[in-house]
Amino acid sequence: MNDIIKKLTAIDRRYLFIIIALVVVIPLLFKPKFPIIPKKPVIDAYKAVDSLSAGDNVMISVDYDAASMPELQPFLEALLRHCFKKELNPIMLVQWQLGAPLGTRAMEKIAKEFDVEYGVDYINLGYRPGYTAQIVGIGKEIRDYFITDYKGDLIDSFSVMDDIHNYDDIDILVGLEAGATGNIWVQYAGARYNQRIILALTAVSAPDAYFFYQSGQIEGLVGGMKGSADYETLIDHPDVAVAGMAAQSFVHILIIVFIILGNIAYFFEKRNKGKTLGGK
Amino acid sequence: MIKGKGIPLTITFLTGVIIIVTFFIPHSPFGEFEQTALRWYSIIAGFTMLLGVDSLLRSHIKKFRKKDNNWEYSIVVFIAFAVIVTTGIIATVRTGNAFNTDTSFMYIYNHMIIPLQSTMFSLLAFFIASAAYRAFRARNTDATLLLITAIIVMLGRVPISDRFIPAVPALTEWIMSVPQMAAKRGIIIGIALGAIGVSLRIILGIERSYLS
Amino acid sequence: MGATLGVWLAAALTLCIYSFLYKDNPFYKFAESLYVGISAGYWLVYTYAYVIEPMLIEPIKTNQEFVLIIPAFFGIIMLSRWFPKIAWLSRWSIAFTVGIGAGLGVTGYIQGFLIPQVKATILPLTGMNMLTLNNLIIIIGVITTLVYFYFSKEHKGMLKVGSRIGVTFIMIAFGASFGYTVMARISLLIGRFYFLIYDWIVPIFSKG
Repeated sequence: MNDIIKKLTAIDRRYLFIIIALVVVIPLLFKPKFPIIPKKPVIDAYKAVDSLSAGDNVMISVDYDAASMPELQPFLEALLRHCFKKELNPIMLVQWQLGAPLGTRAMEKIAKEFDVEYGVDYINLGYRPGYTAQIVGIGKEIRDYFITDYKGDLIDSFSVMDDIHNYDDIDILVGLEAGATGNIWVQYAGARYNQRIILALTAVSAPDAYFFYQSGQIEGLVGGMKGSADYETLIDHPDVAVAGMAAQSFVHILIIVFIILGNIAYFFEKRNKGKTLGGK
Repeated sequence: MIKGKGIPLTITFLTGVIIIVTFFIPHSPFGEFEQTALRWYSIIAGFTMLLGVDSLLRSHIKKFRKKDNNWEYSIVVFIAFAVIVTTGIIATVRTGNAFNTDTSFMYIYNHMIIPLQSTMFSLLAFFIASAAYRAFRARNTDATLLLITAIIVMLGRVPISDRFIPAVPALTEWIMSVPQMAAKRGIIIGIALGAIGVSLRIILGIERSYLS
Repeated sequence: MGATLGVWLAAALTLCIYSFLYKDNPFYKFAESLYVGISAGYWLVYTYAYVIEPMLIEPIKTNQEFVLIIPAFFGIIMLSRWFPKIAWLSRWSIAFTVGIGAGLGVTGYIQGFLIPQVKATILPLTGMNMLTLNNLIIIIGVITTLVYFYFSKEHKGMLKVGSRIGVTFIMIAFGASFGYTVMARISLLIGRFYFLIYDWIVPIFSKG
C-alpha cells in the first residue's frame, strides 16, 4: 500500500496534464447530453430582459477580454439574440480596452441573423478610458464621452441615439464583467442614478456579486460558462456554452478525484510519520 | 515653491471636496464643474497606458543592450510592436479607424491576440488541477471546511449533478446565497469603511504617499 | 484564404503556448514575447483611436472645445520622464486624478456599498421557518466576519467566539470562491480546445 501511495505522490505532473486534456477533449468530441437546468439568478436576469418592450434600450458594457472569452462571449451572443428577438435596442460600450473587438465581433455576428440595421436598431460605441469618471459622467450626458461610435462616426448621425442622453433613457444595463468594473456600475449607475442592472461575471468574480443580488442592487446574476449555458437554454438557442458543459462536468469530477486521492496519500503519509515517531 | 507638494495637495483637496459637494448639490455651477472634471480625468487616464508602453519598451531596450538572459526575444517584442503599430496606422489612414472590421490590425487581433491571451490564461487550468492533487490538503478543521465547500460547489455547478444528484445544486445555491454571501458582505463592508477612510485622508492631505 | 491562414496561425500560437506544459522552451518564449509586443502596440493604437481621436480631436473639431487642450497637456506630462525639466508637473496630473478618485470614492462607497449592504442585512426574523433561519445565518455571518477583521481590540471572550464563528463563514466563502475559480479556469481550457477541434482540426478533414 505504502508503495502505491509513494508512487501516487511522486507522479510527474505532465501525466496529470495529459489526463486533464483527455477529459476535456473526449466529451467535446462525443458530446454527451446533460439537462441544463437554469438557476434562479440567471432566470431573474432573463426575466428582467424579457419583460422589456419593443424599442426599449439595453446598455451592454463589455468589460472583459480574450482571457475570459469562453465564459462571457457566449452570454453576450445569447443576450444579443434575446434583445434582437424582442426588438430591443442594444447600446454597446466597452470598459476593457482589449475587449473592444470582442463586442464588435458578437454584435456583427448576431445582427446578421436578424433583420436589424446598424444605427437604427443597435449601436456600438466602443471603448473610452477612465471608467469610474465615465460611469458617473454618463449619468449627465453620454455625448460628453461618446461623441462618436466605435468607427469614429458621429453618434448624432444615428437615429437610435436620438433620445438617449443618460441613464434615464436606458431601460436596463447589462455589465459583462471580468473584474471590478461591475462594482462601479452598481456603485454609481445603480446607487446614484437608480439604473436597473444585471451583471454577467466570470466564475472568479461571480461569488463576489451575490451580495448585490441579495440586496436587490442587481436584478440578475449570470456566473461563468454555466451561467451562459443557462441563458442559452432560456432563450432556447443552445450554443457553445451548452456544448462545453459535458466537458466541464467531467473535469470537475476529475479534479474532485484528484483532491480526494491527494488527501488519501496525505492521510497515509501522516499516519506513517506518526508510526515512525511513535516507534522512536 | 511651485515645484513642491503644496500645489498638488491643494489640487487634490479642491477636486475631492468639489466632487463631494456636487454629490449633495448637483446644480449649477457644481454640476458643470463636476462633469468637466470627470471628462478631464478620463482624458488624463487615457494617456496612462502610454506610460505602460514606454516602460515596457525601455525595459526591453535595456535587456537588448546589455545582452541579458533571453535578450534575443526582445527582438521579437520590437518586431511585433512595430508590425501592429504599422498595421494600425495603415488601417487608420485607409478606413479612418483601425478598429473597423476587416482591417489588417483587426486580423492580428483576431488571429494573434485572442489565441495568445486566452491560451495563456487557460494554462492555469492545468496548474490548478495539479495543485488540487498536490497541495489541497485537509490539514485542519478550517481547511477541511474549505475543501468540502469547494467540492460541493464544483459538483453543484455542473449539469451532471442536475441529472444524478439534484440535491447538490440546490445546496450549492444555498451556500452561495446564504453563508458565502454573508462572509463576502462582511468583507466588503470592511473594505468600504477602509476605502472611505483612505479617501478622506487623501483629500485632507494626511495620506501623501501618492505624491512621492 | 486569409481566414484559413488566420486559423492556422491561431492554432500554431495556441500550441506554442501549450508547449510550456512539457517544459519551458523557445516556442513558448517566442509566443510570449510576441504577445507582449503586440499588446503594447495595441495599447498605442487604441489610445489614438479611442482616446485622442474621439475625446480630443473630435470634440475640438465638432464643438470647438479648445479647453480640452488643458487635460491633454496634463495627460502628456504624466509621461514627464521624457522631459526631466518639467517632471515635477506630473504631480499635478496625479493630484488631480487622485482627488477626483477620492471624492468619488467617499460618496460611492457610502451610497453604493455601505448603506445598501447594511440595509440588506437588517432582515426580519419572524416565524419559525427556513427564511428566518437563513436570515439569521446571514446576520450572524456578516457580523462575525466583521468581528474577525476587527483588530483594534484583542480577541478575548465574546470577540474570540465571534471571530471563531467568522472564520467558519470565511472558510465557506473561500471554498466557494475556490470552486468557482476552478470552474473559470476549466471553462477557458474548454474554450481553447473547442477552437482547436472545431475551428481548426474538423474543417481540415471535412474539406479533405
